[in-house]
Amino acid sequence: MSGSRAGAPALTTPAGTPAAGDGATTAPAPASRGRTRARGRRGGSWRQRAEITLLSGPAVLVFLAFVIFPVVMAAYYGFFSWKGFGVPTDFVGLRNYVTILQDPTFHDALRHNAVIVVLSLLLQGPAAVVLALLLNRRIRGRSLIRVLIFVPYVISEVIVGTGWSLMLQTTGAVNDLLDKLGLSGWAVDWLADPDVAIWSLMLIITWKYLGFAVILFLAGLQSIPEELHEAAAIDGASYWQSQRAITLPLLGPTIRIWAFLSIIGSLQLFDLVYIIWGQFVAATAGTSTMATYMVVNGRGAGNYGFGNAVAVVLFVISLVIALTYQRFVLRRDTEGALTERTK
Amino acid sequence: MAATAVQAPPLPASRPPAPRRRGRALERVNPLVYVVAWLLVGVCIAPVAYIVLGGLRTNSQITLDPSGFPTTWEFGNYVDVLTSPLFWQQFGNSAICGVATTIGVVILGVMVSFVLARYEFAGRGALYSLFAAGLMFPMTVAITPLYIMIRELGLMNSLGGIILPQVAFALPTTVIILVPFLRAIPKELEEAAAIDGASRLGFFWRMVVPLSVPGVVTVGILAFVASWNSYLLPLFVLNDESAYTLPLGVQSFASQYSVDTARVLAFTSLSMIPALIFFSLFERRIVGGLTGAVKG
Repeated sequence: MSGSRAGAPALTTPAGTPAAGDGATTAPAPASRGRTRARGRRGGSWRQRAEITLLSGPAVLVFLAFVIFPVVMAAYYGFFSWKGFGVPTDFVGLRNYVTILQDPTFHDALRHNAVIVVLSLLLQGPAAVVLALLLNRRIRGRSLIRVLIFVPYVISEVIVGTGWSLMLQTTGAVNDLLDKLGLSGWAVDWLADPDVAIWSLMLIITWKYLGFAVILFLAGLQSIPEELHEAAAIDGASYWQSQRAITLPLLGPTIRIWAFLSIIGSLQLFDLVYIIWGQFVAATAGTSTMATYMVVNGRGAGNYGFGNAVAVVLFVISLVIALTYQRFVLRRDTEGALTERTK
Repeated sequence: MAATAVQAPPLPASRPPAPRRRGRALERVNPLVYVVAWLLVGVCIAPVAYIVLGGLRTNSQITLDPSGFPTTWEFGNYVDVLTSPLFWQQFGNSAICGVATTIGVVILGVMVSFVLARYEFAGRGALYSLFAAGLMFPMTVAITPLYIMIRELGLMNSLGGIILPQVAFALPTTVIILVPFLRAIPKELEEAAAIDGASRLGFFWRMVVPLSVPGVVTVGILAFVASWNSYLLPLFVLNDESAYTLPLGVQSFASQYSVDTARVLAFTSLSMIPALIFFSLFERRIVGGLTGAVKG
């Protein structure tokens, strides 16, 4: 950050105009490489390249060092049996991967992830569309309502986990409230009962992320011109008819992006489960995910090579799903956005 | 690419959506809409209210009547937390991480997005794809090697070990949001600046930085809130209680004082305040920024 500030004046001094070609004489060694690239209005002058390097260099360096490099290292460590100290030497080939893919606990975690992906889409999607349609009308206090329904999304997973696990205890507020409402038959062991726990998790996830979906859809709705609804109304369409025929199709791109974010988030789910169920209970309560499996069996057990192999499996699964989704669902929306392809 | 620059005149976040201001026939809204809307608000707020109000009760009240309202207002729990040096230590750690991450993300993000939005050079598409691909690399996947790397760098238990990776992992979102934003600054402005003798960098400092403030606010708030709430990275990097950020602090407090539920609730509710304030101040900006990002 300080580099840019110090560098800026130094760069403005040497050449007065950014015209192409005038830099070749003053530029040192690297100029020879790009001189042929002078094309278009701006040309590939050394000055432009210096600016590009100066402005994008820090971000690229930090990104390569702290994102790309660790991901690559995860793939490398995954081939070793390694306790995390010194250079990994005990090369075991694909043994970690074989162990993971044969471990019934991992199968459970994978199944839980699949359930969470599907249920998140089914529970949040339709509800959020309906709520966004309702809130898109001109009602009093709309901006306050929007802030309030976003609150669960803004507070941290730790707070959500701590609060909900207190409320969902057998003697907690939820069972107490059910009792007061005369529904004591509904009171169950929300967190420990393996038949119930995954639904408790879904309840918490829905509570936390529904607001995000609603706000996203509201933002999408506002980009739909009101004239369309007016025209439909003149043609005699009812409110719900015009929502179905106009709004939903036009909201499509937003819904598809939301679904993408939701799927990826569900596959990577870690914080809430780890906070509420801890390292050991998640597997028996039936809420473990691939990410909690990774942390428990990797760092938790001191088997860093194994943990990295789990990370790679998790990554490959997410990547395959993400690419498939992009290929078949998102293609028409994100051309340019995620792929930077010319339209 | 040229096509996008031409057809993207609206600055995504700076302009309020057009239809809002016009008074239209939708004024007569079914009262049911209000009922549903406030019911939703109630569902969203109730658990938070439980945490905040629970901090105002005594433990015996909580045990006897878990879902009740405070009968006497006990401020002792909050006072205890607010006078505890550990809370302020962890609060400070979270604040430093949040502010430093935000500043880092904003500075690096604006610079690289400016290059991606307004320079034409071989490899620009590749550079953009590199960052866009970063969306596919969530921290969960990289956490173990990241932890080992941070340990090798001697950054365990230091906030630098949190800030640097957080900046790196926030860059993809930042680039995705800021590039269309910076691209929408009209070419004419740049040409006018060039005629007036400003260099590319002069244009960057005098025009782009001020004009990109709305987008930067969006990105900055997202980075701050993400940092304030982040759990996985501190869980790996910080293992000394005085180096904890608030999420770890809340968790360790909750397990240490698990019998003292009221104090746990007070600690928890105090730790969520800054993110809530920041967010409610800038809610519209965030929504605007997200819309811009969604529309690409």
